[in-house]
Amino acid sequence: MSEPTPIYSIDLHHGGLWSRIIGRGKTMRLTDLEGGANVGMLLYHAHERHERYNMPDTLKGQHIFYLRAPYCLHSDMGRLFASITQDTVGWHDTVCGCTNASLVAEKYGPLPFQEARNEYHRNARDSFLIELAKSGLGERDLVPNLNLFSKVVADDDGHLSFVKDHSKPGDHIDLRFEMDTLVVLNTCQHPLDPDSKYHPRKVKLEVFIADTVSPEDASLEARPENARAWRNSQDYYTLSA
Amino acid sequence: MTTSSLNPSDAVHSHTILAGDHWLHEIKQGQILRIIDLEGNQAADTLFYNAHDALDRYSAADTIQRQGNLYLTTGTRLMSTRGHPLLTIIADTCGRHDTLGGACSRESNTMRYSFEVEHMHACRDSFLCGIHEWGAGLGKRDITCNINFFMNVPVTPEGGLSFADGISGPGRYVEMRAEMDVMCLISNCPQLNNPCNAYNPTPVRALIWD
Repeated sequence: MSEPTPIYSIDLHHGGLWSRIIGRGKTMRLTDLEGGANVGMLLYHAHERHERYNMPDTLKGQHIFYLRAPYCLHSDMGRLFASITQDTVGWHDTVCGCTNASLVAEKYGPLPFQEARNEYHRNARDSFLIELAKSGLGERDLVPNLNLFSKVVADDDGHLSFVKDHSKPGDHIDLRFEMDTLVVLNTCQHPLDPDSKYHPRKVKLEVFIADTVSPEDASLEARPENARAWRNSQDYYTLSA
Repeated sequence: MTTSSLNPSDAVHSHTILAGDHWLHEIKQGQILRIIDLEGNQAADTLFYNAHDALDRYSAADTIQRQGNLYLTTGTRLMSTRGHPLLTIIADTCGRHDTLGGACSRESNTMRYSFEVEHMHACRDSFLCGIHEWGAGLGKRDITCNINFFMNVPVTPEGGLSFADGISGPGRYVEMRAEMDVMCLISNCPQLNNPCNAYNPTPVRALIWD
């Protein structure tokens, strides 16, 4: 079978700020081009923007502390934003949040645009706020974000360790959208990445038309919670159409 | 485990929060808030805000990130979204508190349990009542990922997450000092579908000292 052709493709670099609405029935593929990438991501309902990705419901609905295929990304209204249909990485962080201006200055030193042009040091919090503002959202809408491609493990006492060299060049994750979703992301480094060098990796973002969801879909069968959340998403369209 | 020498009879404010109720109260900088799990294994779902600027509010991710640890106990600084310490935990006879599990909502209950439980009271509805009581145009967008005092949500090194039997018990408490003027919003969890409280939500008490 030949590789499908993307309907959209862009390479993200220099912090990779990006936000678009992706309709249900489409799949977004993110590919780590260099290895060691991090993609901070937040999701909002395209039309009901007070509905957003919810870390606690995603974790407790699936009894898991991280994400991988075939798990799902849950909203705070009992619905599904997206299902992870393919994933060569195996572990994506959900709890560590994002960098802010003071953390980036502390870790990497200040480097303003005047000096470095577009190599200047960006941070994830301000990057989220910039993209959120373009959709009429702001600080009230910032919640714990996903850190795709990054692995952080906890020991029995809850101490966290960042796992270096986790994602390899060419690793990718596919998210199939189950609702029309405002996707807000950036490629700033993970807040616990001990690398002393400011070095956001290059990431390719592609969008494909997804296959129709079958009743035996692996993501929906992974947990009964996912199947119920998917039905809630379907109900949204049944009722609002 | 860290105990406190404060005497409840010296407290300037005492309020018992019944299961299913909310409590909205300002804690002034330097004041000490104690929350007591009166009967054991109850979940006190708690949010904090800068009392003078509600945009600066409790952040589970910043709290976890700054201390490099998932669990809250004595010494934990509860961080805000703008990177400020809101409160510091100074005593804890429970040992570990959760900030990953969030709050129950009537919508997420349909996802977690069944479509038949949608009518049942849930923490998010209590939070919404409390945030409306504060006023200032606040609403659902201002309800963020909360703390669950007295709840045990262990994460394994392999990445599993469960709602385990409580490690709290009758009379256990957690105490924290406000590092700025903060607004505290507690929903005393009414969840009837989760074995972690033995399907029996019970009261908690809030005490404040100057």
